Amino acid sequence: MRTVLLLLTAVVLASLPLFAGTFYINLASQILIAAIFALSLNLLVGYAGLTSLGHASFLGFAAYASAWASTNLGLGFAPAALLSITTTTLMAACFGLIALRATGLGFLMITLALSQVLWGLAYRWASLTNGDNGLTLAGRPAPFGIALDGAGAYYWFTLAVFAAAFTLMAVFVSSAFGSALKGTRDQPRRMAALGYNVWLIRWITFVYAGFWGGVAGLLYVYYHRYIHPTSLSITTSAEGLLGVIAGGSGTLGGPVIGAGLLVLLKNYASAYIERWNMLLGFVFLFIVLVIPEGIVPGVRRLLSRKGSGKP
Amino acid sequence: MTAPALEIVHLVKHFGGIPATQDVSLKIMPGERRLIIGPNGAGKTTLFNQITGDFRPTSGKILLFGQDVTRLTPHARAHLGLSRTYQIITLFPQDSVAHNVVLGLMGLKGARWNMFRPLGFYAELHAEARHMLDRVGLGALAEARVGEIAYGQKRRLEIAMALAQKPRLLLLDEPLAGLSSEERATIKQLIAAIPRDTTVIMIEHDMDTALDLAETVTLLHYGRVLVDGPRDAVIADPKTREVYLGH
Ligand SMILES: Nc1ncnc2c1ncn2[C@@H]1O[C@H](COP(=O)(O)OP(=O)(O)OP(=O)(O)O)[C@@H](O)[C@H]1O
Ligand SMILES: [Mg+2]
Repeated sequence: MRTVLLLLTAVVLASLPLFAGTFYINLASQILIAAIFALSLNLLVGYAGLTSLGHASFLGFAAYASAWASTNLGLGFAPAALLSITTTTLMAACFGLIALRATGLGFLMITLALSQVLWGLAYRWASLTNGDNGLTLAGRPAPFGIALDGAGAYYWFTLAVFAAAFTLMAVFVSSAFGSALKGTRDQPRRMAALGYNVWLIRWITFVYAGFWGGVAGLLYVYYHRYIHPTSLSITTSAEGLLGVIAGGSGTLGGPVIGAGLLVLLKNYASAYIERWNMLLGFVFLFIVLVIPEGIVPGVRRLLSRKGSGKP
Repeated sequence: MTAPALEIVHLVKHFGGIPATQDVSLKIMPGERRLIIGPNGAGKTTLFNQITGDFRPTSGKILLFGQDVTRLTPHARAHLGLSRTYQIITLFPQDSVAHNVVLGLMGLKGARWNMFRPLGFYAELHAEARHMLDRVGLGALAEARVGEIAYGQKRRLEIAMALAQKPRLLLLDEPLAGLSSEERATIKQLIAAIPRDTTVIMIEHDMDTALDLAETVTLLHYGRVLVDGPRDAVIADPKTREVYLGH
């Protein structure tokens, strides 16, 4: 049953550009990018028990770094992407050193503060970032000579990266290391007594999450061909967090569903309602009140209740 | 001469000015069975927490098997062969009984760093966990969620997790707390069967059961060692009767 459902989803996703219009293809690309971002944040929020409010740092930094390397250094897309991901991961390593001095609220505040610093720099350091005007990419990359300028081609590219990201993160959380990570979330003191280096486990996860956040940032800047300081703002971080929590933190499907819901709401609601942020707030308030564990675990609970015939 | 399994030298611990450990010095030889007794709040658990590295002592030294570990992290001490159980049950309630033991086993193995191999693929770890659970009589509950098993079974699981690590020094903090007399008898057997290459230090209030397991006894009172020595000598000591056995 599960395999059939998964296969069906894969077929629909892979063939989407064959039957859907450009608007929907682009919407799907945006959802996939947001999903990678949410999945990477979920490694921290859901699996490490570390709630970050600064994950936009990695998306925004990677996007800026590649745009800057392309426009200012004149690098090709591949070297620019490599440079961008490497520096983003290194930055995550440094941010992790600072943020993991704390857990809980302290961790949240440090991640927020660090991302606010980057956001401020993006506005102020105009010689590098072009300030409020943002950086524009000349075009999209063309890996192996395949142009990604069309909506369909870019969607397939994004889908391929998403599939790799999802698989690798799924393997990560179910691995031996992932089990240790969940242990440090639930019972850190016991884990230390059992011989686990709790700090190092968290730091590695932080860096890994930063890496995938950077990958999402690359896809993001290629998609929009443009990057602006708002991508580094607290709004971007908070939206990612909302997606994770609404979909179900600590699950693999949750962040994908949550990110999808967010992108759809944003695209549809903003066309009709000026204060779409308010609508977003209400939708998430509803979710948090009615299914506090998130959509995916909530639906799963409902289904298992039906299946076992209990009221 | 072999080094003591545990040596504590002039250990002091203050909690914001309130002393919980006051100039404690102890020597526990390899293979020894030591019982630590004392009234509530005497500082027994606090002493354990300093041995494991959960608390930094205010002053003094702790040596494990001759090595000064006073500044070592808890996980580094675990790798030297130190395991413990908790007075307040500290398990992973969302996970299966077997998974709890697997986590214990994996803590000392290189596998814990593997990010690409699913935990389910470690057949030997799971087999070892099953074997351990059979030993403590929890084999039938291997797949049960820890949150759903009985209190007495959780106490046994605490011990199973520690024993699975084949520790050289095992700290048991009130392993009999809150158990029925039958359950106490089971745990007593379990502790009695621990091989001699494991040194055991146990905190316990249940004298009837615990004294049978002990060779040496330390009486703590207001964070100080009041009486210390062979079991019968400590029991016969008038100070023991006064501060502890009396009530
Ligand atoms: N983390 C802590 N912070 C502050 N005070 C503490 C802390 N842990 C223990 N204490 C204090 O230290 C003293 C010794 O406590 P401890 O838990 O070691 O006693 P115990 O001998 O284990 O008692 P019991 O038999 O009740 O378990 C108590 O006065 C306690 O309130
Ligand atoms: Mg105690």
